[in-house]
Parts: sequence; structure tokens; C-alpha cells
Amino acid sequence: MGVFDKVKAIVVEQLGVDEATITPETSFEELNADSLDIVELIMALEEAFDLDIPDEEAEKIRTVGDAVNYITENK
Amino acid sequence: MIKTRICELIGIDYPIFQGGMAWVSTGELVAAVSESGGLGIIGSGQAPADWLREEIRKVKAITNKPYGVNVMLMSPFVDEVMQVILEERVPVITTGAGNPGKYVPKLKEVGTKVIPVVASVALARRLEKAGVDALIAEGMESGGHIGEIGTLPLVPQVVDAVKIPVIAAGGIVDGRGLVAALALGAEGVQMGTRFMCAEECTISQLIKDRILKAKDRSTVITGRSTGHPVRCLDNRFTREMDQHEREGMLAAELEKLGIGKLRLAMVDGDIENGSIMAGQVAGAVRCIEPAAQIIQDIMQSAEQEYERLVSRFGDRRA
Repeated sequence: MGVFDKVKAIVVEQLGVDEATITPETSFEELNADSLDIVELIMALEEAFDLDIPDEEAEKIRTVGDAVNYITENK
Repeated sequence: MIKTRICELIGIDYPIFQGGMAWVSTGELVAAVSESGGLGIIGSGQAPADWLREEIRKVKAITNKPYGVNVMLMSPFVDEVMQVILEERVPVITTGAGNPGKYVPKLKEVGTKVIPVVASVALARRLEKAGVDALIAEGMESGGHIGEIGTLPLVPQVVDAVKIPVIAAGGIVDGRGLVAALALGAEGVQMGTRFMCAEECTISQLIKDRILKAKDRSTVITGRSTGHPVRCLDNRFTREMDQHEREGMLAAELEKLGIGKLRLAMVDGDIENGSIMAGQVAGAVRCIEPAAQIIQDIMQSAEQEYERLVSRFGDRRA
């Protein structure tokens, strides 16, 4: 499974949204995620990809594509 | 004598924090609470750095004991406020409205203890990993900006998720609340509303009188549709906000209507048009008394409640 598909699966699971609505451009805000949802999402991504996302970097991750890029660059 | 890891960590006699409240917990109240053996906390809200430095100096002039500053992470002045905290070597900070993770390393360097307010298990776990010293788990019974979970379900879930000490906040007003918090696994309590009625608190007398008159159902939540719900005492301001919300006013417009309303209440004493942020325990605050007396009352009644529980149920273990 590619990074995008894995991130998408985690977003679907964490935010309870429809898979079909998610593209790399989809922002977490559009998916009605509040700041606490995003903390949970970031931690789920850290666990799934076995990496640490520092808070300064986590702040910049606003879309599904941002998450995919960060993970691809730091894995 | 009730002592916990929090008392040792900060060097206070009693595990009682006076919550940092913008426009409410100024140097006078903070110094009185700290001098009485609890932890007084300055509410820096959206105040500029110079204001904070002035309040810190007020506290230091009255007491040598540890005190704290609450930092509102969404304040436009947050970076300069953090700078003052580093320069003044503030013993403890609590934080609200976000994730203070990126400030932790610098604060640790100067020995400031970092105790964020959290309303979810995930943020609690993340902040423990970032190296914070303790956490305040605050339920939606509290006044001001609130989360969605009540104190009773939140505190044990946070306690189970982390190893650092947890302080319970939201809905605590007396010794029974302290004993209940300890039963949930917390190692201290934070209270705001009761300290608003401390003699040393500089808010308008009209607000104190309004709290004394409050009943159990006197608080309401506004701003749910904005994603930033706030608990206040019911008045003309909350009724108007509620109506705008039901008529579908946009979040940005609603937020704009709230600007300046906390100050209008607390400083100017406008009990109808101001935002009187207070918790569900407002109905249980009975009198205006010195901070020292509030703390003594809580500690004495907590010991009595504990004794009562042991004498009522303790012998059944045999």
C-alpha cells in the first residue's frame, strides 16, 4: 500500500469520513476536524509510520497531501 | 495531611491551584493564594508582556513562595509573554488553548515547570512525551473556554494514559471535591470560580455579588457553533449570543461580539452586557472570604470527608 492510501485509511478511521471525499488537497478543516482531532490524527500517523512528528512540523500539516509529503520525506 | 507529588514538584503546602483567569487573577489574588500555601496563577489572557511583568513584580513583592502564570497560546502576544516568563524565571506555567510542546525545551532550561491544561487523552499523551511536568485535566463544568468531556469521565482516563501527576479541574469547589479528585487518581485540584470570591480578588464587587446569588443552573454555554464554546453566568449578553447563534450568525461575527466582554464584566462590573465566565459550581460559592480561609476550609473539610468515608466504609474491609 502506498503512503497516500495508508494515510487516507488512517484519516478515514480517525475522522469517520467517507473515503471517496479524500484527495491530496483535502484539508482537515474541511473534514470538520478540530484541534484535538488533529492531535489524535498526528499521533496515529506517528504510530503507523513509526516516526516522530515534532509540534512545529505538525502545525504545518493542514492537508492529506501535507501529511503524505512529510512522511515521504522523513521516513 | 494530604500531600501529593504535585506538592513536592512545585514546593507548595497544599495541592490546590487557583486557576489562571484573564482579567481576574491579578498579582493581588495570586500572591494571597501562594502565600497561603496553594499555587496562585496569574491569568495573562491576551495581555501584553509589560502588563505581565508588572503583575509578576507585584507577586514577588508580597511573597517568596512559588506562583504561576497561565499562558493563552492563541494570544497575539504569546511569544513576548513567553520571553518575560523566561526572563523572570517564573516557577510554574499553565497553558490553555492549544499545544505548548514547542516551548517546552526552553522553559525546562530555566527550570520553569510546565503544566498544560488538557481536555483530551491524546493531547495528554502527546504532551507527556514532549516532557511536560504535570497536566491539568479540565472538564466542561468549568467556566470560560471549555472542552466537551465532564471532569468525572475525563480525569480517570487521563490518569490511566500518563505517568506524570494529573490535577483535576472543573466542578471543584470544596473539600469534598478534593477528596473526589484524589479518588479519581488526580493529585491535586484547580479551582477558579471560588477564588473569584476571595477578598483579595480585584474584580468588580458586582460580579462577586452575582456569583453569590447564582444557583446550580445559572451557567450557560454559548459559542458551540463557533467551535470555541464558553461557559458563563446567564445574562443579557448570553441570551443575545444564543439568539444570534440560533439565527445562524457566522462564527467570525459571533466571535467579534464577544471581544472585550470579559473585561466589561470583570473590571467594569457590567453584569448584564459583560461575559461573566464562571463554572457550574458558582451556585455553591457561599461567601466572600480571604484566600487563606478558602484554602484552610478546603483542606480541613477534605480531611473530615476522608475520615467520614473511612469510618463509614473502612471497617468493611475486615
